[in-house]
Amino acid sequence: MATTIADDLRPMHHPKTWVGKYVWSQDHKVIAIQYGVTAIAIGLVALVLSVLMRLQLGFPGLFPWIQPENYLQYVSMHGMIMVVYLLTALLLGGFGNYMIPLMIGARDMVFPFVNMLSYWIYLLSVLVLVSGFFVPGGPTGAGWTLYPPQAISEGTPGNQWGIVTMLGSLAIFIIAFTMGGLNYVTTVLQARTRGMTLMRMPLTVWGIFIASIMGLLAFPALFVAAIMMLLDHLLGSSFFMPAMMTMGQESNTQGGSPLLFQHLFWFFGHPEVYIVALPAFGIVSDLISVHARKNIFGYRMMVWAIVIIGGLSFLVWAHHMYVSGMNPYFGFFFATSTLIIAIPTAIKVYNWLLTLWRGDIHLRVPMLFAIAFLFTFIHGGLTGLFLGNVSVDVPLSDTFFVVGHFHMVMGVSPILVIFGAIYHWYPKITGRMWNETLGQVHFWVTFLGVYAVYLPMHYLGILGVPRRYYALGETSFIPESAHLANEAISVAAIIVFAAQFLFFYNMIWNLLRGPKADPNPWGAASLEWQTPQTPPGHGNWGPHLPTVYRWAYDYSVPHASRDFIPQNEPPSAEAPSEEAAL
Amino acid sequence: MSLISRLAEKSWENPGIAEYREPDSYRPAAATVGVYVYFGVATVIFTLIAAAYLVRMGIPSAVDHGTGEDWSPMPEPPLLWINTGILVLSSLAWEAATRASRRDDVTRMRSMVMAGNALGVLFLVGQVLLWWHYQTAGYYLSANPANAFFYLLTAIHGLHLAGGIFAGGRTLGQMAMRADGQRICRNVRLCTIYWHYLLAVWLLLAALLVVT
Ligand code: HEM
Ligand SMILES: [Cu+2]
Repeated sequence: MATTIADDLRPMHHPKTWVGKYVWSQDHKVIAIQYGVTAIAIGLVALVLSVLMRLQLGFPGLFPWIQPENYLQYVSMHGMIMVVYLLTALLLGGFGNYMIPLMIGARDMVFPFVNMLSYWIYLLSVLVLVSGFFVPGGPTGAGWTLYPPQAISEGTPGNQWGIVTMLGSLAIFIIAFTMGGLNYVTTVLQARTRGMTLMRMPLTVWGIFIASIMGLLAFPALFVAAIMMLLDHLLGSSFFMPAMMTMGQESNTQGGSPLLFQHLFWFFGHPEVYIVALPAFGIVSDLISVHARKNIFGYRMMVWAIVIIGGLSFLVWAHHMYVSGMNPYFGFFFATSTLIIAIPTAIKVYNWLLTLWRGDIHLRVPMLFAIAFLFTFIHGGLTGLFLGNVSVDVPLSDTFFVVGHFHMVMGVSPILVIFGAIYHWYPKITGRMWNETLGQVHFWVTFLGVYAVYLPMHYLGILGVPRRYYALGETSFIPESAHLANEAISVAAIIVFAAQFLFFYNMIWNLLRGPKADPNPWGAASLEWQTPQTPPGHGNWGPHLPTVYRWAYDYSVPHASRDFIPQNEPPSAEAPSEEAAL
Repeated sequence: MSLISRLAEKSWENPGIAEYREPDSYRPAAATVGVYVYFGVATVIFTLIAAAYLVRMGIPSAVDHGTGEDWSPMPEPPLLWINTGILVLSSLAWEAATRASRRDDVTRMRSMVMAGNALGVLFLVGQVLLWWHYQTAGYYLSANPANAFFYLLTAIHGLHLAGGIFAGGRTLGQMAMRADGQRICRNVRLCTIYWHYLLAVWLLLAALLVVT
């Protein structure tokens, strides 16, 4: 079994060489940055693919090198990269790795070696994924949902090699994720410092913790589905492949069930939405509380809501399959469970708003992103209520309404939180400060830009514009104005794309040249801001682990000398106790 | 404290530390927790495949109208039972190793760990022979979904056991290098639990294959 730091009282092993420190590192902070940089790099690929799609949709015919097959390949790779390789990897591998040990007062993850392996295996999965662009036939064009039989049948782009690299890469990714997830869960359970009870953990840790548990239980479904489809494709089994006629020839498969794949896929796929959303929920709670100088409203309810949402999200998967021809009673069940999830979700939204209510709100860049998240998330959540109803979903399914919905709720919302989080923690992670003006410009262009991109998509969807279509062609039900809207969306998308370079410039330039940051520039109470060094050194805490005396949200406490009390400050140091006040 | 009462804590009241003990004094080893969390993952994997098995099994009657062309179960050669017996013995050996470790009987512990590992390897060899037996008898993976499920399930189970043998081998290595005794005992216990878990999975899978 791996060595575990939590059980080990001897001094930690300090790497001596540059390679040991930054390449084969077992330090959670370095691994976090490796995860983050890799995820953002592959995310940029997905972003470029989305621009290519928008060019084609906005100005059909202008780019003859974008062929219908290419469009489908862009859609598929874009969707899968964004959901799995960017958001999951960045939120859990990146933020999870960086924040968990610091926020719970640990020196590192409990299995540092496994943690390192997790990153390198993740990198391998990314490389295998990218290799799909270079194999004969190119990457898969089956859509990010990879439904068989079309994913591995004649006529779908990449049905020979591209699908193999995709499925192989997913299987590798899941192995990497499982190693990481075991670490995150065990670390939260085992390595909390003295006084850090479960209910004293910041909501960021709660969100990441529950999302990790969900990932551990949901990714196996995708793993199994990927392996089974690989067997169908490479060895000719018939798990998912029914008897078919392709190109006038009878296939030698029979009896397999494409529906079985859909169930497996969405048993993973829906929880995946929350695997991405829960860390974002947690982070946004902390950003709002810190920058509004108020304790988070209804902390306990927030924790419970995270747990309940995590549990319920395993019971709703088939709302993605209303049009698959399943039994209407199932449809009724899944519509009901879907609507029930809206309750704890709405509680969270109210609590965020109530935290802001009468807060001492500082509209710095991280807070702007947090508030923007509230807009896009409420927006996407409401359209989700529409789609959760079978009778509304049936006509809207596979239209741009769905594209607008899921980009709002799980594309844009977590991305806004990630931006907010990067701005928020950048001073701690790098010891430097970014430029406020650039940050503000980046925020406003991005926020207004994504609305310009996604709001019209809902309207297009109601008109009946289908998703995953290369071009609309001549159709009587799609008016001229739809084409105009598509052009406008594409222009907005390109502007949003360009604005991201402000962000990269701001981050990279100030990494080298930025002014030295205060160790706790926002006056935050949680532990990660109380490290003896900024950026935190190896082992995080110097010779002694911190002791925790209070929850993470003591802001604007009456009679306290400052407007926040760090978690590791003993009660006697401040004198706000009841007796003293009386 | 029960989980419920911990989740009910009103952490915004009563800052302080008095009631919180030093964490190391009551928490189980991290490796133990890690293994139990992994059981959750493995259980989901096996359950989902089993569920897919049952779903897929129900389909052919609609396709081939009950002629058995689509789904025909595999026979159960004696080797299947021999392998099962080996795995049971392997688990028993580990159990004996754990008991020996509790009595500080180092020699017996070492020999039982070796036996447990060796029997584990023997089981894997037996499984490969079983595959080979089926292959020569014409039960190819592509011939029938029942076969495909069999190969898939045994492969994933076998990989898990191989992982266990790796951990068991490391434990032997630690004994050879006279590492910290407490750690060795803990690892022996963890391997034992892991073996029992895989035995239970195997028995359930075998039952599934036999009953259907
Ligand atoms: C500037 C940012 C983005 C733009 C312009 C964009 C644009 C697009 C476009 C044009 C499509 C294809 C629609 C179709 O033809 O069906 C698409 C699909 C998709 N996008 Fe994005 N997207 C962006 C960011 C994201 C993010 C952050 C996510 C993360 C969840 C995401 C997830 C997806 C998914 C899952 C699909 C569906 C793929 C499929 O149908 O198989 N996108 N996006
Ligand atoms: Cu869903």
